[in-house]
Amino acid sequence: MFKMIAARLKQGHRTMKYPGGPAPETSDRFRGRPSIAATGCPEGCRACAGACPTGAVSVTDRVRIDLGKCLFCADCASACPAQVITFTQDHRLAVRNRQDLCLEQGQTGVPLAAALEPKLLSLFGRSLKLRQVSAGGCNACEADVNVLNTVGWDLGRFGIQFVASPRHADGLLITGPVTRNMELALEKTYAATPEPKIVIALGACAISGGPYLDHSQANNGATALLPVDLFIPGCPPHPLTILDGLLRLTGRITD
Amino acid sequence: MNRDREKMVTFTNGWSIDLDRVPTFTLDAFEWAILDAVDQGKRVVALFGVPTGQPEVTTLYVILAQDQENYLNAARTQIEGDRFPSLTPRCPQVHLFEREIAEQFGLVPGGHPWLKPVRSHRSWTGRDAWDRSPDQPILPGVSDFYRLGGDVHEVAVGPVHAGIIEPGHFRFQCHGEQVFHLEIALGYQHRGVEQAMRGGPHPRSIHYAETLAGDSTVAHATSYCQVIESLSHCQKTARAQTLRGVSLELERLANHVGDLGALANDVGFLPTASFCGRIRGDILNMTALLCGSRFGRGMIRPGGVGFDVDQARVTALLRQLDAAEKDAAVAVDLLWETPSVMSRFEGIGPLPRQVALDLGIVGPAARASGLSRDVRQDQPCGVFRFAHIPVSVYDTGDVFARAYIRWLEILQSMRFIRENLRAIPAGACQVPVGPLTPNGLVVALNEGWRGEVCHVAITDETGRFARYKIVDPSFHNWSALAYALRDQQISDFPLCNKSFNLSYCGHDL
Repeated sequence: MFKMIAARLKQGHRTMKYPGGPAPETSDRFRGRPSIAATGCPEGCRACAGACPTGAVSVTDRVRIDLGKCLFCADCASACPAQVITFTQDHRLAVRNRQDLCLEQGQTGVPLAAALEPKLLSLFGRSLKLRQVSAGGCNACEADVNVLNTVGWDLGRFGIQFVASPRHADGLLITGPVTRNMELALEKTYAATPEPKIVIALGACAISGGPYLDHSQANNGATALLPVDLFIPGCPPHPLTILDGLLRLTGRITD
Repeated sequence: MNRDREKMVTFTNGWSIDLDRVPTFTLDAFEWAILDAVDQGKRVVALFGVPTGQPEVTTLYVILAQDQENYLNAARTQIEGDRFPSLTPRCPQVHLFEREIAEQFGLVPGGHPWLKPVRSHRSWTGRDAWDRSPDQPILPGVSDFYRLGGDVHEVAVGPVHAGIIEPGHFRFQCHGEQVFHLEIALGYQHRGVEQAMRGGPHPRSIHYAETLAGDSTVAHATSYCQVIESLSHCQKTARAQTLRGVSLELERLANHVGDLGALANDVGFLPTASFCGRIRGDILNMTALLCGSRFGRGMIRPGGVGFDVDQARVTALLRQLDAAEKDAAVAVDLLWETPSVMSRFEGIGPLPRQVALDLGIVGPAARASGLSRDVRQDQPCGVFRFAHIPVSVYDTGDVFARAYIRWLEILQSMRFIRENLRAIPAGACQVPVGPLTPNGLVVALNEGWRGEVCHVAITDETGRFARYKIVDPSFHNWSALAYALRDQQISDFPLCNKSFNLSYCGHDL
C-alpha cells in the first residue's frame, strides 16, 4: 500500500495541458502536413508521382497530394529534385469532406474540420460515445487511438469515450480498409448503432484503402460503404492529429 | 535417420542461395525428412506452396531451423493433383501450415485432423479443398466448430470486440465458468499481402512490410530489407546494423511495457496499468525521435536505415531511456510485490513445455514455457552477430511467466540499447541496393517482440518475387492461447489473451 502511494508520488501528474496549454512536442523528424511550393518544379518532372507507393501524388498542370491516400512516408519529398515537396510539423489534418484532403500546389493547408451541425453538436458536443471497429489494416491506428485513453492524454476529460457496444454508441470510429471479411460485421455494427449517429474514418486505410488500395480482398476504405463525417488522415495519424480532429468535430477547437 | 542432413541444403539466416541448390525430394522422402528433422530437435520455420507453370502441379517448400548449431535447411517436393498426405498427426507444428496450403492452393492434406480454412478467402488456383462452388460466399467464422454437446454450452465472442482491438472470433466450450475447449477463427483482417508481394519489389513492397503488423513494423521491415539486401548482394554498414538493432529493441521495449500495463489492467490493478500506458508512449516517442514515426515507419530501408543520428540525438535518446527505465522499474515492481496481482498471475493459463515444443511456439511465450528459443541467439543476423543479448527463460508457462519474461527482456533490451547507442560505428547509414539475383531463395528471420518473424523470398528468372512467404510469430502462437485456456475459467480469457498478445493482422496477412 505504502509502496503504491510512493510509486504514485514518483510518477507524478502527467496529463497534458493541451488544448488549454501548449501541444506536446513532436519529434523534429515528425512528418505532418506536406507542403507543395507554388513554383520550382522542373519542366515535365513527375518524380514525386512515380515514387508514391499509393498514387496519392499526381502531376498534371500542378502537383496534388491526396492526403487520404498519403502514407506520410515522404518518398515523394526524397524523389523531388527541387525540394518542392516538404513535410511540415503541422499535425492538424482532419477534415469533414473527402475532397478537402486534396492538397494542391501552392495551397497552404487543408480546410480543417468544422464542428458538427448545431443539432448534432448539442447532442454530442459534451458527450460523445464511440464504438471502434477495426476492419483490416495493421493495428497501428488502433494502438494510437488507445494512447488517447492513457493518463497523458486522458480523452475522457472531453466527454469522449470508447464504449463496448454499438448500442451504447453515438457513432463509429473505423480503422482499416474494410476487408471483404469485415464487411458484414461492419454493416451489422453500423445498423446496431442508434440514430442519429456519426462515422469517423481514421487512417489512410479507412479513408482510401491506404497501402491496400485496389486489393480485391478489401474495399477502398469505409467511404465506399458508409457516410463519413470526419476524415483523419495518416499512417497512422499521430495521437495529436486524432485528438485535434475529435476536438474540432465536437466544437472544442475552432481556430 | 540422418537422411535430411546429407540431402537438404544447409544455409544461414539472411544469406541467399541459388534455387538450384534446394533439392527436390519425392513426396515420401520430403515427409520423412521433416519428421526426422523434428525428431532431432529442429523446428519447422515455414512450410508453403509455390505455384508452378502447370496448374495441376504445386511445389511445396519446407524451411527448418537447427537452433543449437545456428543453421537452416530447405527442401522441396512436387505435388501432382489435388492431395498430399498430412503430416499433422505425426508432427503437430505443421497443422496450420497445411491448412494454409489447403486454402491457398486447393490441395487436401489427407488425414489432417481439423482441416478448416485459415483466413476465409478463395484459393489462388481455382481448386477448392472443400469443394465449394465459385458462387458460394466464403464467410469468416461461419463453419463447424468443435462441440462437446450435452450440458456443455457454447460462448461466442467477436469478431467485433468490446475494446479497441482487432477482429477475431472465439468459440468457447464451457461448463459453467470452466472452459473445456477454445477454438479461434481468424481471417477478418485478410487483405492479400502475400499475393500483392508477387512480382515485386515495387514501391509499395516496403510499405506492405511495415504494415504487416503495425506494432512490429521494425521487425517485419528488417526481414524484408534483409531479403532485398541478400538477393542484391548489398553490404550494409555496421552503423546501419547497429541502428536497426536499436530500433528493434525499442519496439520490443514499447510493446513489452505496454503489455505489462495491460496485464495489470486485466487483473484490475490500476496503478501499474496507468503508469505503463504512459511509459509505453514515452518509448514510442523515442522511436519517433529516431525517424519521426512512433511505430518506426521510414526507419528501416533497403541498404540500411532511413535516418542517421548525431551525438545530440544519441544524448537525448539516452536521457529519455534513463527516465523510462526508472519509471518502468517503479511501475513494474509493484506487480511482483502485490499479492492480489500475483495470485491472479500464478498458475493461470499454463502452457507446458512439451506442448510448446510440439506446437512450435516461438518468442516470449516459448521462453516462458522453458524453451531457450530466440532468433537473436539461435539464428543471429545483423548487429546480433556481434552484440549478444542473453536469452531470458522461465519454466512455469503461466501468465506470471509470460509477464516476468517480458520484464527480464525489458532490462536486457535497455542495456543493449544503451551500450550500442554509446558505440555506434562510423560510416554511411544507407548504401544503394542493386537488382535482385534471379532464381534465388533467401530466408530472413528476426526476433520481433512477439517472436520469430520469418520472410522467405524466391525470385524468378527476371529477379522478381515469384513467391513471398511471410510467417508472423502469431501464426505459430494462436494455438498456444487456445491450449492455455483449457480447464481455465472463462473470466480469465482476457488475461490469458493479453499474456500472449498476438497479432490478428500479422496472422491474417
